[in-house]
Amino acid sequence: MCLGIPGEIVEIPPDQTDLARVDVSGVRRAVNIGLLDGQPLRPGDWVLIHVGFALSKIDEAEARAALEFLEGIGQAYEDELAALRDSSIER
Amino acid sequence: MRFVDEYRDADKARALSARIASLCEPGRAYKFMEVCGGHTHTIYKHGLEDYLPETITLVHGPGCPVCVIPMGRVDDAIHIAERPDVIMTSFGDMMRVPGGRGSFFDSTAQGADIRMVYSPLDALKIARREPDRQVVFMAIGFETTAPSTAMTVLRAAAEGVRNFSVFCNHVTIIPAIKAILDSPDLRLDGFIGPGHVSTIIGCRPYEFIARGYGKPLVVAGFEPLDILQSVYMLLLQLAEGRSEVENQYARVVPWAGNIRALRAVNEVMELRPYFEWRGLGFISHSALRMREKYAAYDAERLFDIPGNRVADPKACQCGEVLKGVLKPWECKVFGTACTPETPIGTCMVSSEGACAAYYNFGRFSRQRVREATR
Repeated sequence: MCLGIPGEIVEIPPDQTDLARVDVSGVRRAVNIGLLDGQPLRPGDWVLIHVGFALSKIDEAEARAALEFLEGIGQAYEDELAALRDSSIER
Repeated sequence: MRFVDEYRDADKARALSARIASLCEPGRAYKFMEVCGGHTHTIYKHGLEDYLPETITLVHGPGCPVCVIPMGRVDDAIHIAERPDVIMTSFGDMMRVPGGRGSFFDSTAQGADIRMVYSPLDALKIARREPDRQVVFMAIGFETTAPSTAMTVLRAAAEGVRNFSVFCNHVTIIPAIKAILDSPDLRLDGFIGPGHVSTIIGCRPYEFIARGYGKPLVVAGFEPLDILQSVYMLLLQLAEGRSEVENQYARVVPWAGNIRALRAVNEVMELRPYFEWRGLGFISHSALRMREKYAAYDAERLFDIPGNRVADPKACQCGEVLKGVLKPWECKVFGTACTPETPIGTCMVSSEGACAAYYNFGRFSRQRVREATR
């Protein structure tokens, strides 16, 4: 129950305070966005959802930075593997 | 970007695994505690221990909100639920948690009106629709969940809903981590910090762990690569002689947390002088109760509760599992007398409980457990 899931905001109905419609893996539901008061939110933004509330707006730049780090690690590993494959130590 | 699949790539996991192995000092054993049950769940679901050298042990911490609820509190909740004027509402995880007199499920069979809800807002919705009944929300959870309860109470107050109340069992993670650090049972090299708790409290509250206890802590996300990367970051700190708080989960966790959420909690709730945790005993200032100002929404004030302490069953070793002293399969009743269908202890109930995670993902088959405990 402590689990949170990312969802994409698809609509912020103008007539309902604190509510947004989100898409979570194809399922569309309303969630409460009152805890993100003061943060600009628009359709296309991603939020972390827990027990019906958006707890945090997902920071796409940070997500990309983390993925670049992982890509980098993957690349270094691939390079090392390629170098090992190309090596021909005889004795 | 969907913020899920990207963090499940097997090639990247293998690459991280190689980097992790290269950071381990030969001959040194490492013990890292993942505080949060959500992490325990990911670790067993994806078999992450297979990606780590055998010299690294992941120790499961107390961060499973269902697991730490003492039996006496379950009895208190059932006592309220048995009143004919009451509708008790609860997250599904709570339904099978055994108290001294059975679980919510058992009470339902005996006629109590206990309904599962996904959100405290669903409980409030029931209260609006059934104005002649008292709707009580069994509030459990760490700092992740407390703001949702607080916001729901504020909403009820704003709307003037008078038949909604909260049986507040929210707990706070920092005192539990401190109790573990002060416990002589366990020597840890660092912590994988709870990601979703940190979306609310931020990263600063952990600084005493890095500074005062000299242990690194990395706040981590919940996908497999998040956890492997946080192990890598912990090892890098140790290799470089650092002990700092770092944030691997910056895409979701702001360093300062969620001020709006903290304000909502602080408006509605206050720290209890002490609270009993299953397995860890009484811990000072480790849980929240409703403030006097919101007495009309406080089930503890509205209903008489017995408030009895109930000792855990003798066979149950959840306490040792929650402190990280025992691995789930080392418990005598694991997988035999205690299963997710007929749990004796709380760690077997919630999907975030260490025992349920081991059991459900078959990391230790019943056969192997029988052999191991023979």
